[in-house]
Amino acid sequence: MTKIVKLLILACMFIAAHASAALTIEITQGMEGAIPIAVVPLGWRGTGAAAPENIAAIIAADLNRSGRFESLPDRDLVAHPVTAEQVKFQNWRMLNVDNLVIGQLEETTAGQYSVQFELFDVFRGKRLTGATIPAPARDLRRVAHYISDLIYETLTGERGAFNTQIAYVTSSGNSKNKSYTLLVADSDGYSPQTILTSKQPLMSPSWSPDGRQIAYVSFENKTAEIYIQEVLSGSRRKLASFKGINGAPTWSPDGRELALTLSRDGNPEIYVMANDGGDLRRLTNSAAIDTEPVWAPDGKRIVFTSDRGGSAQLYRVSVTGGPAQRLTFDGKYNAGADISPDGRKLAMVHGEGGRYRIAVLDLDSGLLRILTDGQLDESPSFSPNGSMIIYATGAGNREVLSAVSVDGRFRQRLSLQAGNVREPVWSPFGK
Amino acid sequence: MKYTLGSFIVLALMLVISGCSSKGGSMDSGAGIEDKGTGADGGAVTSGAAGGSDYSSYSLTDPNSPLSRRVIYFEYDSAEITDSDQELLVMHASYLVGNPDQSITLEGHTDERGSREYNIALGDRRALSVQRIMELNGVAAEQITIVSYGEEKAAAEGHSDAAWRLNRRVELVY
Repeated sequence: MTKIVKLLILACMFIAAHASAALTIEITQGMEGAIPIAVVPLGWRGTGAAAPENIAAIIAADLNRSGRFESLPDRDLVAHPVTAEQVKFQNWRMLNVDNLVIGQLEETTAGQYSVQFELFDVFRGKRLTGATIPAPARDLRRVAHYISDLIYETLTGERGAFNTQIAYVTSSGNSKNKSYTLLVADSDGYSPQTILTSKQPLMSPSWSPDGRQIAYVSFENKTAEIYIQEVLSGSRRKLASFKGINGAPTWSPDGRELALTLSRDGNPEIYVMANDGGDLRRLTNSAAIDTEPVWAPDGKRIVFTSDRGGSAQLYRVSVTGGPAQRLTFDGKYNAGADISPDGRKLAMVHGEGGRYRIAVLDLDSGLLRILTDGQLDESPSFSPNGSMIIYATGAGNREVLSAVSVDGRFRQRLSLQAGNVREPVWSPFGK
Repeated sequence: MKYTLGSFIVLALMLVISGCSSKGGSMDSGAGIEDKGTGADGGAVTSGAAGGSDYSSYSLTDPNSPLSRRVIYFEYDSAEITDSDQELLVMHASYLVGNPDQSITLEGHTDERGSREYNIALGDRRALSVQRIMELNGVAAEQITIVSYGEEKAAAEGHSDAAWRLNRRVELVY
């Protein structure tokens, strides 16, 4: 096992302008062997004294958060080249920096910008990629994440997931007067947008595959109901409000159907319905609890939680119904699964010895690996590139979010300044 | 159907006990439960004495009324109802039978451990256990509404056994 280095980078620079609702990110467990990279502050050409966003800082933070890179601190930058001609590779080689990012932010017209960047291989003295991207001021953070994705993919061969979002639920107040909110934020915790507020619990957000809609459970009418809401417009419609449980909605990979849990027939069972609420069909039939359905990426099978064997374990069933196959055997309690984008791994809440941690089951080998070290970890959700898992955990008396690399070697914490954060779900890739 | 026999026994016991005492008299559950065999025997014969176990005119607002107890608790990952809680539920059932216009909501809750939607299902199972006992004791299905909040509405904050014990519950809401 690789020796673990504690980085403990308190990311003050991440605190957004709207600090009260922003998530702050703290890297709690770093990784030896992270690739050293220098991201030079971008040159600025515009009317203001300073650039409207520190693009380089956003990119450096993204790369650090992946666990795969370690960016050079600003104070260690030996030079501040803006163009390729200004780069002296030998200087960067002496710092043992493998890669270098430079670029320029230009104000083209009032409020309109052009972001230009280049990525170099320092040892070969070679330009690897680059681009020039026009953007209005409000999109500059998104452009920075997009550049992070390009850099990440160029250097690792794996698609980056920085230009994505997370949805999550917060609660605040005491047991007599609680307030629940459903929010959407950038994957680095910035730009949180409240999309729903309620005095009653909100649960189980699920992104549509095109990232435009979120299905969720709301108790606003003192009973569980499933809604589908447009993320941008905020308009919504009620999908399911049968007698009893209406829970755990998840979208099929093609977005045409949702799997959900209903107890309308007296017992929690897995159902599938069209996204307009029609064509309801039942997949499971047991006297036990069946819930928490998630779709395999091929859309043909559904993994769910059932206690039909005496305790909660994960099972798999065809979307056309039929017998279910048990998938988990290690541990007393395995529930709340998410399936990796390649369909080969299951993340779950794994309960054993009084602790509830996030574990990943490799479906090919059958090996189960515990990734986290909390007491009450829950709600694992894969990043769309499959490299990270975001989940909810306790910190003191609060609930916070954490993310862990799929190999368990790298961990970071995302926390709100106040209140509890939970049920994170990572969006699909942006379109 | 796990609770069928148990609840009939309790019902029978109630009939016997209340048959011997005036309304509002002693409801010593300890003594009653120890005498299950005899109670069941007698109950089968004296079912006509049902009027004696009538709680329909009890007050829902009097804090000294047995009906003021409206929370029952559960073991971890269990929906099993204790004997003394069954007795309490039979009293509430009697009230509801005598007041058919009165409705009740059974709110199922769990502690925070494990995944949230599984806990919704577990809270539902607990509320269903309570519903079954009430229906077996004559409450009309239309009078009962069930909602499970899972772990979403904790009665006690904190991450201790003591808090968890208070959160694994069904609340009877009139």
